[in-house]
Amino acid sequence: MARTDLDTPTSVTDLVTPTWEYAPAPQATDVVSIAATNDLFIGGDWVSTRDGSTTATLNPATEEQLATYTVAGPADVDAAVAAARTAFASWSRLRPATRGAHLYRIARIMQERAREFAVLESLDNGKPIRESRDVDVPTAAAHFFYHAGWADKLDWAGLGPGPRPLGVAGQVIPWNFPLLMLAWKIAPALACGNTVVLKPAETTPLTALLFAEVCQQADLPPGVVNIVTGDGDTGAHLVSHDGVDKVAFTGSTAVGKAIARQVAGSDKKVTLELGGKAANIVFDDAAMDQAVEGIVNGIFFNQGHVCCAGSRLLVQENVHEEVVDRLTERLGTLRLGDPLDKNTDIGAINSSDQLGRITDLVAAGEAEGATKWELDCALPTNGFWFRPTVFTGVEQSHTIATDEIFGPVLSVLTFRTPDEAVAKANNTPYGLSAGVWTEKGSRILEMAGRLRAGVVWANTFNRFDPTSPFGGYKESGYGREGGRHGLSAYLKPAA
Amino acid sequence: MSVTARQGAPPELLEATRSEAALRSFLHGLGGVDAVGLETRVAGLATRSIKKDAKLAGIDLAIAMVDLTTLEGQDTPGKVRALCAKGIHPDPGDDDCPSVAAICVYPDLVATAVEALGDSGVGVAAVATAFPAGRSSLEVKIADTTLAVEAGASEVDMVIDRGAFLSGRYGQVFDEIVAAREASGNAKLKVILETGELATYDNVRRASWLALAAGGDVIKTSTGKVSPAATRPVTAVLLQAVRDFARLTGEVRGVKAAGGIRTSKDALRYLVLVQEVAGPGWLTPDLFRFGASSLLDDLLLQRTSQRTGRYHSADYLPMA
Repeated sequence: MARTDLDTPTSVTDLVTPTWEYAPAPQATDVVSIAATNDLFIGGDWVSTRDGSTTATLNPATEEQLATYTVAGPADVDAAVAAARTAFASWSRLRPATRGAHLYRIARIMQERAREFAVLESLDNGKPIRESRDVDVPTAAAHFFYHAGWADKLDWAGLGPGPRPLGVAGQVIPWNFPLLMLAWKIAPALACGNTVVLKPAETTPLTALLFAEVCQQADLPPGVVNIVTGDGDTGAHLVSHDGVDKVAFTGSTAVGKAIARQVAGSDKKVTLELGGKAANIVFDDAAMDQAVEGIVNGIFFNQGHVCCAGSRLLVQENVHEEVVDRLTERLGTLRLGDPLDKNTDIGAINSSDQLGRITDLVAAGEAEGATKWELDCALPTNGFWFRPTVFTGVEQSHTIATDEIFGPVLSVLTFRTPDEAVAKANNTPYGLSAGVWTEKGSRILEMAGRLRAGVVWANTFNRFDPTSPFGGYKESGYGREGGRHGLSAYLKPAA
Repeated sequence: MSVTARQGAPPELLEATRSEAALRSFLHGLGGVDAVGLETRVAGLATRSIKKDAKLAGIDLAIAMVDLTTLEGQDTPGKVRALCAKGIHPDPGDDDCPSVAAICVYPDLVATAVEALGDSGVGVAAVATAFPAGRSSLEVKIADTTLAVEAGASEVDMVIDRGAFLSGRYGQVFDEIVAAREASGNAKLKVILETGELATYDNVRRASWLALAAGGDVIKTSTGKVSPAATRPVTAVLLQAVRDFARLTGEVRGVKAAGGIRTSKDALRYLVLVQEVAGPGWLTPDLFRFGASSLLDDLLLQRTSQRTGRYHSADYLPMA
């Protein structure tokens, strides 16, 4: 029985439409100017390459070229490391509060120029402007604010009085959160008195180059931050460089293993933040509406290009059907399209390579017999796009349950008891993150203790805060970033 | 609880409302609400950017969803007539401007409103059942309801007994809603939960299901006499309840957010919630209402500025 016929004011019935279409709400892109060509940022100046080459970065939503940039060669990396070494002598002896003041200045300028950073990030990466505006850029600024506060308090960092910086840090970051990963790397390094040579990802160099401008604007001493754009070879030169004391890498497990092999036998300190295949565990007593939001946020945030994404949904078998029904209904409201539209929830896949990997793994999932559901939505004709996808009937033995897909693809598995949930969640070579959804506090604590993951979120997912250490177990890497624990990656005890 | 309980509930909920114990275990068995997650989701939806045609359509829809309200001790027939005139033609300069959904008054002024509204199509809603506190006997509450309905009210806005709810006497709350449902006849029954006094989202969810199971056509957040009144998170819990109730029983019921909604921007954010939490099917004045007095003026000012590019003074709007 529908009571919709009661007392309808006749004058308004014609207003009722099946859906209320949101009009396009494009973010203006003229707030940021993109240089057609880009040099390297070494020793506080823009310098031409010595032995490198040039390549282009695309807007993944349109496949249009945004700019060309330099692929730094070995001599460029040498120059950058030398500049960082020179700057280290004075930066490491600077009054700690003054180092902090530099970081505060950088943080404030990032906030002032937040709109520029957000637009540039969405253009270069393909992520929705809502996300770059509300998550990436504010969190990046927060990392600088947080570590600025540590600069003159390192005696309390847990390494005893008078801890010393390591020297020159060679840092290589991925394309999924270009500016945020830069902040995770540079802010603690600088706060602890190190200097930095950072290589941004091949497909997303632009916000790092804009950050170099911010360093100039903040009067950061020359050579404290050096940005060398480039490809995998550039990164390999950097991490294996004799002048580098510390290597920090975020990216794939395969590259992480290669770096570990390269630096083996050297004095370099290393932190690696690698892949993941996180279990998001939903118990039958969970707050269901919020659990569904957490599942959506866990795997479809940033198109699933998140190393800690909740890509394996473990649902208690007695609520499997309800959860999947609610989930697919909720997914129906997702808006896929122009990353610069303020109402877009799902943006573009970052590159054609990544789109190819996702497509192959999804084909494997279908071939292995899992049931595929995908969002019924139109895809733009240009650019790289993938529909939000949910696989049900997935078993631990399936490729899509074990391999990191790094895309908007969720695998749904079931469990019967808490013990089985723990066993399935831990049954992976990875161990970066996990989620637990239950209204029972004691179960949260028990699960958090038994899950072998660096981060366990309870009744939430994908929450990041500079005060909270982040890092993995097993093949998800080693070392922690953020919080007090993250400082120890950039310090050594007093001599 | 009595036989009346059985008559109130849809077949899927007959078992759950069979006895006080069954009702308690049903309500306590509803899934919980995680406050942090709920508020995060609602804050996320508030960033939807509503522009151009969407804004125009949204404003007109919001006007058509307003229950234009006066609930003061100083209300007079003259005041109510002025409000009715405004409700029929909110913008006298524009015949395309929709009428409001209803005029909401105390029971003794229903007859005045019915006469003033004539065949305009605008409804007359009466608050009843010892509004706003609900602190009286069932007999008085039913007499109050009967007074309103006999005077011609097309909608009854009742209050639940929050004291009974908070002390766990769910059956009493249920029976009172069933009795008010009967006394309301063909009038639409809106059940005011007074969420500001229920305090937790878990309580709001239980009260929502209780009111829906007992036969309320619409569940309504607040009387407007208690702070906080309507909030977007609490309205989201009500929208989840009617969505899930429809899924379970096939019966489609409505939601009314009342109190504290004053700006067009806020109203549009509520409409986004309706669309994305309950579903686009609820975007009709039958199924979603705003209980408000000053909201209408801001909607009209925004409507004019969207159409003309000029934002004029409230002096150009007839007051009521």
